[in-house]
Amino acid sequence: MSTLEFRNVSKEYRVRGASKLKAVDDVSFSLEPGKTIALVGQSGSGKSTIAKMLVQLERPTSGEILLDGKPVPRFGRGLRDYRRHVQMVFQDPFASLNPFHPVEHHLERPLLLHKRSTRANLDAEIEQLLTRVQLTPASEMRSRKPHELSGGQRQRVAIARALAPKPSVLIADEPVSMLDVSIRLGVLNLLGDLQREENLGVLYITHDLATARHFSDEIMVLYKGVVVESGPADDVILNPQHDYTKRLRDASPNPESQFATP
Amino acid sequence: MTDDTLLSIRDYNIVYETERPVHAVRDVNLKLQRGEILGLAGESGCGKTTLAYGINRLLRPPAVIRTGSAILHDKGGYDIDINALKVKELREYRWDKVSMVFQGAMNALNPVISIEKQLGDIFSTHRPQMSKADRREESAGLLDLIGVGRDRLRSFPHELSGGMRQRVMIAMALALKPQLMIMDEPTTALDVLVQRDILQEISELRSQFGFSVIFITHDLPLLLEISDRIAVMLQGEIVELGTAERIFRRPDHVYTERLLQSFPSLTGERGGFIRSGNDETRTKDEAIV
Ligand SMILES: Nc1ncnc2c1ncn2[C@@H]1O[C@H](COP(=O)(O)OP(=O)(O)OP(=O)(O)O)[C@@H](O)[C@H]1O
Ligand SMILES: Nc1ncnc2c1ncn2[C@@H]1O[C@H](COP(=O)(O)OP(=O)(O)OP(=O)(O)O)[C@@H](O)[C@H]1O
Ligand SMILES: [Mg+2]
Ligand SMILES: [Mg+2]
Repeated sequence: MSTLEFRNVSKEYRVRGASKLKAVDDVSFSLEPGKTIALVGQSGSGKSTIAKMLVQLERPTSGEILLDGKPVPRFGRGLRDYRRHVQMVFQDPFASLNPFHPVEHHLERPLLLHKRSTRANLDAEIEQLLTRVQLTPASEMRSRKPHELSGGQRQRVAIARALAPKPSVLIADEPVSMLDVSIRLGVLNLLGDLQREENLGVLYITHDLATARHFSDEIMVLYKGVVVESGPADDVILNPQHDYTKRLRDASPNPESQFATP
Repeated sequence: MTDDTLLSIRDYNIVYETERPVHAVRDVNLKLQRGEILGLAGESGCGKTTLAYGINRLLRPPAVIRTGSAILHDKGGYDIDINALKVKELREYRWDKVSMVFQGAMNALNPVISIEKQLGDIFSTHRPQMSKADRREESAGLLDLIGVGRDRLRSFPHELSGGMRQRVMIAMALALKPQLMIMDEPTTALDVLVQRDILQEISELRSQFGFSVIFITHDLPLLLEISDRIAVMLQGEIVELGTAERIFRRPDHVYTERLLQSFPSLTGERGGFIRSGNDETRTKDEAIV
């Protein structure tokens, strides 16, 4: 496991009362084990649509998604395996947790279902996961319901849940958008460790150019469904070629220059 | 000259009275000026949303306002004691006087109602005299303003991207030109260019209509740019309050200093800060009463 490849993938939607919309337009890339690709771009440019196609919540209108060179399995056991190996952290932690169940329930299921844990060491596994995403004290946090958590705390539950079945590919859609810097860096470092030690492949969707640069090998810039620029992270940020990338970079807040003494 | 304070919060304490009570807001004192943009920053779980809910009277048990008051000095020249508002008065207070963009706003829209109807409903509830055509025109104008565009009026929430839904919620909060807008992490899904356009619009509307904004985020560089003053919260307490420039140049509190230092620089040395996130001195335990 496992290289995931997008080959000339497009996705069209119908917009009510208007014409068709090409949300993703002929996109190709490949996500290799142990690599992180950051996907950045305008709001509405198709980032989440790409993520949803990767985890098979949406089907491409045209093009192919390949796993190690073969079309991804679409049903049965093959699909179940695929679902375990390719995990997703959704953009919206408020919608993706079940309000009726405590935190531990969200982790128990993937741990047991995918045989990542036995009943006997389940408790220890749960608390270890929570500690890794800095949801501490884990012994207390595990029994909370989602509504008893702050926004950033929910986001960390979503990350822990995605990591529970030990996936080989993680699709993370704005996974740290509600976390303050210190926890944000902690979580990104955790993903970095998994990438190095367990060969995890990561698609990191973000609008934060700084963390995109520092935590990824490659950056892809999406604009209106089209990849307008991609390459090694440093090249894209330090020496952007496309006008949109330049504008994006120049618009990032920069307190140093704002309060510079004339 | 009249006093231009819009909101006074005094000795405010909020506790979640669960088995192990969480003292989420501690001894907060705050005066917000009319027309001011106040940034509220602080780490995840420090009590920002809880404070905002208090001001909007949205707290539900087990949350209890232990002590303190929040008074809105209405532009009509009278004071509103927020804690004492009755159910009927609340209906008029919310959206009309104080509006809120919820954290997780992209999930706050009703999934089975079109964007047009959700925007229109605010007007038909609060501005019953408005004609249908006016409602539609206002709603379309709001969608243009936030860059989603009026051709998405008939869309349903799931047909919009996360950032588009967030912007629709911002449009709803702007709809009635309230005196105070509380925005709780309103731009987590927006790229910097869109973010900038929207903040620019809000800033212009503010000078035009004179409302105040409490802007909650963990994104300190962003706050430094848009806020008049910034309040930094740590474990339920406001530990620092000052102008953006003062906070940037001379932070008083070590926590603020740390917040300012730990931002990765976009163009600086690669990897220099990585791992600095695991700061041993960070207190991770929650504030327990
Ligand atoms: N089910 C759908 N029906 C119609 N249009 C859709 C649907 N899902 C997404 N779209 C449209 O596809 C485009 C891309 O959406 P997508 O969610 O992929 O954007 P995004 O890059 O993730 O944006 P954001 O950063 O704001 O989350 C948007 O214009 C959106 O409105
Ligand atoms: N219903 C509840 N019962 C018990 N504790 C709660 C409840 N709701 C929130 N809390 C706790 O209160 C504290 C403050 O939560 P709050 O949502 O105000 O944080 P926040 O500053 O908005 O954080 P974030 O930036 O992550 O959104 C957190 O530690 C949270 O776990
Ligand atoms: Mg998205
Ligand atoms: Mg919050």
